[in-house]
Amino acid sequence: MSETIPPLSVVQQKDIRIIEFTNNKILDEANIADIGATLNALIDEGPNPKLLLDFSNVDHLSSAALGMLININNRIKQQNGSLRLSNIKAQILEVFVITKLNKMFRILPNRAEALASFSQ
Amino acid sequence: MSITGSNDRGKRGKGRARVVAKSKAKPARKATSGKTLRFTIPSDFLAGRDVQEQILNQVAENGFTSQNTFAVKLSVEEALINAIKHGNKLDPKKEVKIQANITPKKVEIIIEDEGPGFDRSCVPDPTLEENLQKCSGRGILLIEAYMNSVEWTKGGRRVRMIKTNEE
Repeated sequence: MSETIPPLSVVQQKDIRIIEFTNNKILDEANIADIGATLNALIDEGPNPKLLLDFSNVDHLSSAALGMLININNRIKQQNGSLRLSNIKAQILEVFVITKLNKMFRILPNRAEALASFSQ
Repeated sequence: MSITGSNDRGKRGKGRARVVAKSKAKPARKATSGKTLRFTIPSDFLAGRDVQEQILNQVAENGFTSQNTFAVKLSVEEALINAIKHGNKLDPKKEVKIQANITPKKVEIIIEDEGPGFDRSCVPDPTLEENLQKCSGRGILLIEAYMNSVEWTKGGRRVRMIKTNEE
């Protein structure tokens, strides 16, 4: 069932793409590859891409997902864009803290603060 | 009571988990004496997923807190990916053996692959500034952060990890 639902939903707000994970797990290799490909396509659409990843639905993620997010972050930087992460649940945030990736990513508590941070 | 996966390498080929119950597991009475699950699976992520679900079902039946369940789930996921992808390199001829001893107080999980193994001391620390961009080593870091005890033996082909169910 869940395999037929796209793993991401994308809405545009001004020049910012807001991307929500629709699965509660970002674990499967195939799922991660799909997400990575979709995000790369969004990044390549134009210069200075601005992406906001909303983790509201995410209950689990793996180190492979973290690797994908690192690649996405690098690609956005190469295109002089910016990436924000928001609504990360406490258990998942701990994964970012343990791996010290909370230092690499701009993580905001909620969508509104994340959106506002693009203009800062 | 145990579920035993038969070791019939090569007979069934690849595909879903050969998580064969020789005697179908009876519904757990009161999970006080613990339970041992044993599996032998091909180097296949779907098979790994089946194993993970069965282990987590037992963990839930044994009353693990949500935080400890999260720790076990993450660690089993990472250890199975290590075994299937990095150990056996997705070779369908190679298998992964899993044993999980689950009681209400703790879970002990042993995962062994047939790959070349690895030297734990040679895996770079992914939290160092210079390694933050690298994509490797983070699974091991997470396992060691979330479990109470982690031992790599047999040249890195076997991991034994323990999580106690404390608040």
